[in-house]
Amino acid sequence: MLMSTLVAGLVLGGTYALVAMGLTIQYGIARTMNLAYGEVTIAGAFAAYLIYNVLGVSPILGLTIIAPIGFAFGWIVYGLLLRPLVARSKNTAALEINSILATFGLLFVVQGVMLVIFGGNYTSYNFMNYGVDVLGTRVAANRLLALFLAVTVGGGLYLVLTRTRWGTALRAVAVNPAAAPLVGIDANRAARFAFALGGGLAASGGVAISMYQTFTASSGVEFTMKALIVVIMGGVGNLAGAILAGLLLGLAETFVATYISPGLTIASVYLIFLAVLLWRPQGLFGKVSR
Amino acid sequence: MKPVLLWGGGLAVLILLACAPFYVGPYWLGLLIGLAGYVTLASAWALFSGRTGYVSLATVAFFGIGAYTVAVLSEKLPYALVLLIAAGIGLLVALLVGLATLRLAGVYFVIFSFGLAELVRQLVTWFETTINATLGRYIFLPLGPEHIYWQLLALAVVTIGLTAWIGRSRLGLALKVIADDETVAAHIGISISWTKIALFAVSATIITLVGAIQAPRWTYIEPNIVFNPTVSFMTLIMALFGGAGRLWGPALGAIPLFLLFEWLSANFPDHYSILLGILFILIVFLLPRGVVGLFEDLLQSNPKPSAPKEQLE
Repeated sequence: MLMSTLVAGLVLGGTYALVAMGLTIQYGIARTMNLAYGEVTIAGAFAAYLIYNVLGVSPILGLTIIAPIGFAFGWIVYGLLLRPLVARSKNTAALEINSILATFGLLFVVQGVMLVIFGGNYTSYNFMNYGVDVLGTRVAANRLLALFLAVTVGGGLYLVLTRTRWGTALRAVAVNPAAAPLVGIDANRAARFAFALGGGLAASGGVAISMYQTFTASSGVEFTMKALIVVIMGGVGNLAGAILAGLLLGLAETFVATYISPGLTIASVYLIFLAVLLWRPQGLFGKVSR
Repeated sequence: MKPVLLWGGGLAVLILLACAPFYVGPYWLGLLIGLAGYVTLASAWALFSGRTGYVSLATVAFFGIGAYTVAVLSEKLPYALVLLIAAGIGLLVALLVGLATLRLAGVYFVIFSFGLAELVRQLVTWFETTINATLGRYIFLPLGPEHIYWQLLALAVVTIGLTAWIGRSRLGLALKVIADDETVAAHIGISISWTKIALFAVSATIITLVGAIQAPRWTYIEPNIVFNPTVSFMTLIMALFGGAGRLWGPALGAIPLFLLFEWLSANFPDHYSILLGILFILIVFLLPRGVVGLFEDLLQSNPKPSAPKEQLE
């Protein structure tokens, strides 16, 4: 019981970490708060569902198409919707509020489009739905694959951002957007790229979720909320923090669902969130004075 | 002379509106109820968010609390007492939330308020399904649509009157100083947190009452109906459209948008949320200061060029 809860929690947490990494990049580097983030995740889940059910192609192969589409979508949204707001806003606080309002509208547009195409019913598909023995408990193979996906994509991205020159430039923009141009970094281009990267990650997270969970066209808000909570818990723009906080959240949710009541998972998530906000507003792993 | 005319005109319009149930049909009365509800919601939202800059997405949390209180207590206690209890619960929740979150930076407050409605809905759903073993509730109250309309109209008048009064009171002056410079405000002895919490509590209590008064209209309610996030969304968009920092802005924004939403939902039920989202993006882009701000700009652009001339002569 304990072992299987632990493994299930890690799988869920891995997916949360993957989804939250995209949001922490968007918020930390592009400085825009994207409330339509979860809708992109759900769109990715629906795309994987279509690719598997209609074309019969494995979601893993589908990922190689879906992630670039998510990236392109982020690129376009930033250029059309957010770039004018960045130009208009006088400071980061104004930009945050403006981006929240604009993406709040975008949330309803994307959700409405998905409702028109797919309807409001719960959707899922059967992919690798057989048990595998792990550490003495049986775990569905699709969950393990989702965890593997989260670890590879998330880990790969972490290495790219921390070990390459290009990743360092992106992180420099996150630390100080005003000083980055002084050392020859095009902050606008970096922001647009970061936002697009977040879109790709959101869509990849959706593919991972679709392999083992049911989802509806209107469940995007839930993922936006959870990603936001993970981002703030982990410290804005902090990748390692997002991964740890994501795993923590997945474990907490699974344990509450197993040992207390499945109806209280969201409530427990918000309580954790509130506690973190009051105790350490800069995040569990964030630096002081943010 | 002019203020007398203004007051007289306002009073005449109010009497005309109050007598509406006697000369309009049931469809139009339903529309007027919705209008009065959203004028109150948008004005109450702007009372806090328009003056402090804290964007609250928690409107529906309080709205739903009000509706649910009526659903739970309507058969056990007299109606007036139920409304009082609903307002009390709304006030209490607002004080708790305010104490916990208003010290936080703006964006954290937006996110928490975004999640608050979801949290309350989850807790109510869990309580109803696990403890009470039911989900929906029926409300049977001997109230006709005209009674609901009169209550909402009165609440709208109180809300706008309160907004006007707060603008001139010590609280309003304190808010103006805070908006100009928080450090100065703190130095001259204004308690920033308490000023904000007081305003948040007033705004949330009014929103709770709107939910409580409108509850008998549904007859049957369940968490997914009364905690529908579209309510927060529409309130926000109306207040922004009309101009959240002005006395009449939210009301002037609520009237055209509510009628537009009614028309859209009747004619394009499938594409409603897409149109809503596009409209919202357009409002944020084209009218950052709201419709009233736009009119002020238009009015000011005429006399401005003549002003320097007068100085020269």
